[in-house]
Amino acid sequence: MIPSIPMSAPRQRLYKLYVLAFLIFLVLPLAVVVGFSFNDSLFPALPWQGFTLDWYFGTQSPKLGLFHDKILLESIGNSAFIALWVTVVALALALCNALLFVRYQFRGKDFLYVLMLLPLVIPGVILGVSILVSSSQFANYIEEAFAYDIEWLRPGATLIVLGQVAFITTICSLVLIARLRKFDPSLEEAALNLGASPWVAFLTVTVPFLRTTIVSAGIVSFLMSFENFNTTLMLVGSDAPLTIAMFQRLREGSTPVLNSVSVMLMLVSALLAVISVTFQKKEKA
Amino acid sequence: MRRLGIGFYLLLCPFALWLLLLIILPHLNMLEVSLNLRSYTTPKSYTFQNYLNFFEQPLYWNTFVRTAWMSILATLLTLLIAFPMAYYIAKLAKGRSKTLLLMACILPFWLSELVRTYGWMIILRESGLLSGLLRYFGIIENNIEFLYNDASIMLGLVYTAMLFMIVPLVSALESLDDSHIEAGYDLGGSHWNVLREIVIPHAMPGIVSGCIIVFMLSLGNYLTPNLIGGKDSLWFTEQIFTQFITRFNWEQGSAFGILLLLLSSLIVYLGLLLSGQTLSKTMGK
Repeated sequence: MIPSIPMSAPRQRLYKLYVLAFLIFLVLPLAVVVGFSFNDSLFPALPWQGFTLDWYFGTQSPKLGLFHDKILLESIGNSAFIALWVTVVALALALCNALLFVRYQFRGKDFLYVLMLLPLVIPGVILGVSILVSSSQFANYIEEAFAYDIEWLRPGATLIVLGQVAFITTICSLVLIARLRKFDPSLEEAALNLGASPWVAFLTVTVPFLRTTIVSAGIVSFLMSFENFNTTLMLVGSDAPLTIAMFQRLREGSTPVLNSVSVMLMLVSALLAVISVTFQKKEKA
Repeated sequence: MRRLGIGFYLLLCPFALWLLLLIILPHLNMLEVSLNLRSYTTPKSYTFQNYLNFFEQPLYWNTFVRTAWMSILATLLTLLIAFPMAYYIAKLAKGRSKTLLLMACILPFWLSELVRTYGWMIILRESGLLSGLLRYFGIIENNIEFLYNDASIMLGLVYTAMLFMIVPLVSALESLDDSHIEAGYDLGGSHWNVLREIVIPHAMPGIVSGCIIVFMLSLGNYLTPNLIGGKDSLWFTEQIFTQFITRFNWEQGSAFGILLLLLSSLIVYLGLLLSGQTLSKTMGK
């Protein structure tokens, strides 16, 4: 409460009720997903048929559990592979962008900064489609001119990585720029005065300063990539990542194995969130 | 200004490559393809036919307007629901409960949109939780399908975008000094007066950036309208997907993509203009 401002008791109660309702609204769909992952029924629906762990450990179809579902496990592997690459590439690009926009003054800087923000206002589907169109056209052109097919320009993991890097780089850049602005350049100058080469000064003074931010930006980009759907949908080849595989099953109508996948995703996301928050706390301390 | 050294150009290169190859060229390429005549026999020629198709076919046009309209509605609804909660977190909750509330709002969104949508599907579908509960309490006799209508699409859109409204609102409201609100009451302002004259003007940058992000996410959303809305959801991104993936009519799909991009840019631009904000100020924080 802002202590000096009166608020009548019924009004206060009403407000608290609203907050409670809001929290229930947030948690409800997730709780439902968790609950039905233990339901001993072939459909994620009522009635409740009793508790089971089959949707995690079941070995036989139709009660094939997550840990024995080869297709789902494979798609998790695909997603992790893509997310890892996206994280590495986006972080490297973002670090360059941060240094560029914080350390240097140059003509057209404001304009380039706005261009850097562009991916945030391009719908993910359009981003995916535009990359699909241009890479395919380029590949077609090369094939016609040199009779050589550049396979990675066709829909597949590489294109997905490129499509996701296009917008995740912007998000990482914003995070790193905000942190780098707080860096006192005299620290690096001190290192230079003490005889360090610019490269050594950067690695021993600036990078440690940025380390916690790099870790949390990395976690965010990994998750964003892992969970991306819109851009990925347009660029997917034969090796579908998890979100696409789940989407296809959802449309066909699936067993509660999708619930158990979701629960695993929740656990991993929560774990990564905790790691990221701890790192941010360290940074503030 | 000192002369820009080699370091500057080394940092400019990755930035320029990323922006050109992944953002600018693909979109220019898509624009070019959208102006091509679709034909297997005649050589390449330019035409506005793909855009004319859009205006001549009521289905395309109606879907477009409907998507824009529903996205605006979803944005306003999200703002209305999120604002009291953000105000509570920023101004009324203190210490531990504040951190916990903010975490509670953020955590569900570390999870894939797919999982959240899946949760709502389990609740709303004909054999779902809501239908079952209503039947259990004797309010209805037969199961009712709550999925596949506009209200459920709206629910899904609002839920999906909630975080992106809450976070900018909280950070904008937190910077508002309590004493300003107190002064408003001391000068005899009612709740409504203080809200309109002090709180909302101060929160404007947060409101604008939240609205822009939520609008973009809704407009470009494919997953939620498709899963919750079913076959008749009539979302424009589905038209784009159909043209590209199902009909393989890339010329028409590109034209649709460009139109969606124009619409989103226009509305973002109008939002910034009306509120006197700039893209760098609202997004690049």
